[in-house]
Amino acid sequence: MLEITPSHYMVLSAALFMIGVIGVMVRRNIIIIFMSIELMLNAVNVNLAAFSQQWQHVTGQVFAIFVIAVAAAEAAVGLGIILAFYRNKETVNIDEMNVMRW
Amino acid sequence: MKVIWLIPLLPGIGAAVTGLVGIRFFSKAQTALVACGSMTLAAFLSIYAFIQLLALPSEARVYDVVVASWIPAMPLETAGGMGAFAVDWAFRLDPLSGMMILVVSGIGLLIHVYSTSYMHGESAAGYARFFCYLNLFCFFMLTLVLGANLLVMFVGWEGVGLCSYLLIGFWYHKQSATDAGKKAFLVNRIGDWGFVLGIFLVFFTFGTIDFHEVMVSAAAMPIEATEFGVISLICLLLFVGATGKSAQIPLHIWLPDAMEGPTPVSALIHAATMVTAGVYMVCRNAVLFTHAPMVMTIVAIIGALTALMAASIGLLQTDIKRVLAYSTVSQLGYMFMATGVGAFGAAAFHLMTHAFFKALLFLGSGSVIHAMDDEQDMRRMGGLKMYMPVTFVTMLVGTLAIAGIPPFAGFFSKDEILFQTFLHNRALWVVAVVTAGMTAFYMFRLMAMTFYGEYRGPAWEDAADHGGAERPGIDTENEVDRSRGHGAWHGPHESPPPVTGPLMVLAVGAIVAGFVGIPAALGGGNAIEHFLEPSFTAGVGPAVGEASEVVAIESAAIHSNSHATELGLMVLSILVALGGVALAHRLYLKRPELAEAWRARWTGVHRLLLNKYYVDELYHGTVVRGTMSGGRGLWRFDGRVVDGAVNGSSWLTIVASWCSGLFDRYVVDGAVNLVGWSASESSFSLRRIQTGLIQNYALIMLFGVFVFVSMYLLIS
Repeated sequence: MLEITPSHYMVLSAALFMIGVIGVMVRRNIIIIFMSIELMLNAVNVNLAAFSQQWQHVTGQVFAIFVIAVAAAEAAVGLGIILAFYRNKETVNIDEMNVMRW
Repeated sequence: MKVIWLIPLLPGIGAAVTGLVGIRFFSKAQTALVACGSMTLAAFLSIYAFIQLLALPSEARVYDVVVASWIPAMPLETAGGMGAFAVDWAFRLDPLSGMMILVVSGIGLLIHVYSTSYMHGESAAGYARFFCYLNLFCFFMLTLVLGANLLVMFVGWEGVGLCSYLLIGFWYHKQSATDAGKKAFLVNRIGDWGFVLGIFLVFFTFGTIDFHEVMVSAAAMPIEATEFGVISLICLLLFVGATGKSAQIPLHIWLPDAMEGPTPVSALIHAATMVTAGVYMVCRNAVLFTHAPMVMTIVAIIGALTALMAASIGLLQTDIKRVLAYSTVSQLGYMFMATGVGAFGAAAFHLMTHAFFKALLFLGSGSVIHAMDDEQDMRRMGGLKMYMPVTFVTMLVGTLAIAGIPPFAGFFSKDEILFQTFLHNRALWVVAVVTAGMTAFYMFRLMAMTFYGEYRGPAWEDAADHGGAERPGIDTENEVDRSRGHGAWHGPHESPPPVTGPLMVLAVGAIVAGFVGIPAALGGGNAIEHFLEPSFTAGVGPAVGEASEVVAIESAAIHSNSHATELGLMVLSILVALGGVALAHRLYLKRPELAEAWRARWTGVHRLLLNKYYVDELYHGTVVRGTMSGGRGLWRFDGRVVDGAVNGSSWLTIVASWCSGLFDRYVVDGAVNLVGWSASESSFSLRRIQTGLIQNYALIMLFGVFVFVSMYLLIS
């Protein structure tokens, strides 16, 4: 049986992070972009939990819980903004959101 | 007699009342009452003061009254170091001013009475205004003669000038009258300039301006027989003042024009009193003048020339008042000639007699003018003898007096002057005698043209019962009575009692005034000159100054000449006067065609005299035109140069501010705009990176993270 080492966690975490990054970069729907950001946060959480297990230290897990709480708050605020935006523009396409420019 | 200051003050109060209250509220009768009342009081007070003065011994006949301090002592530079200039309201009554107050208040009163009737045609306000001026004149004239120092005298001097101006221009709606007033005022200013300078120099020299103190100081100084010293200069300046006031060459031009005023004014101011102020002033400063023989000579020559010139102009005048005006100038010349030869007493004596007969003649002419319905041209009169007998007789008395026929007043005074002149200077005497002949001629010419011969005036409508329009030759006594009165003109008529009364009083004066000065040669004592003598010398009591020596020498000379000379001269002057009378009779009554022939023969002379020697034209051509063109030149200078400079500087300001505006707009604003413009231009390319697309930013951030991470990895 193959032993699961921190390296596996880190690969998983890096993979998840890259998926999130690419999602943020290439998608146009802002909801999807938002989901991709959540994905990147969770990639960090995986890392925190893995190293907490590795070092037998609870701090990493506590930190992961904080990240989840912040992500929940962020999701609430972000979704509110998206809703307000949608009411104005009838769209969630990020290319239409370009008024903050010169 | 400490109330002599009341003598001038009474008419002053009268003037204030009629002027401040009377013009608005008084009826004519009230005005006349106030004016004549104040003059009557002043006249009685003058007589009382004079009697008091006579009661004193002759060397102590002087009253000094200081009413108040006027200018308190203040330090002022004089020739002898620092002096104190202090002036009091001081009045002095001495023989000379005593005689003058009698003349001024007496004749003034008569003329006030005369004016109550003569000015009756005026409105009540005009009537009050006239009497206000007349009273004011008497106030100033009495101040002038009673003043104990030069400055008080100067107050009166200027005051009478002002009243003269006001009264000449009394009928101010008449252009010629206002012009004449202005002319009199301006010409008098020139004289006053000299007078004021004279006063300054008197103070600078003697440190005082009190007449008596000046006299005492001057008597102690040497007579300036050879060099023209400071006393000579003082006298010359004072004499300039006298020429202005007394209408002597070259300032004589104002007096004939002054006849534009009402006739009582001409009589009082321009014949009897004000114009003699110059003579009075010279007599008052007799000691100064005796110390300046050169100026005395000038005075005598100017007096003689004026006498001759004015008399010759008077020969041909046709305006009855102008004849009298030139006669006045001529007689004033006589008086100056007398002062010039040192005969101050004779001058003052002639001043007094002249006041009587010339006031009489003027008032008589006023009566004639009134009777002829304001006609002044003698060519339109004639034959008035039978219409106005009182006026005729009184004027005849005046004419005989001025012509110098004994025993009328003018004879004594004029003869005294002629005699003194004869002793002093034969050439002047010849001029004086010729003038005397001319005087007799033009005065009888006036009488002939006015009272004798045919009536030449306009016809008049009259009630049918007496045929006035049929010209003279009727029994007139009746008619005169009926035609008297006012309203429509009913032909020449005798004037009412307020006019004839003063005429008769003055006629008596013109007869008896000379008796106070009967010369020794005729068995008289020449009382007036002995009475006046203390006023002309410095000393109190036995005089010691050199001036009194001169007087002593003169009187010695007089006595050394036999009375026979004096009698001979008298006979001669009477003959000359009678010659003038005879010539006038011949030319204007017997053979009028002869006058025409003579006029044709001497056209040039005739025109010269008729145009008064062209003196007015000369002054107009030089002084008036010069002043006008000078003023116009200055006006042009103002317009061109001064205004030009002001306008130029404002133009310069405009141009400069326009330039600085350009600088502001292009240079300063340009720099500011350049900064803004360059900032905006430079930011133009950079702002392109702000696309507003979040994913662009994220991409760049990612790229940056890669760069930093790779640098970190590579370097470590």
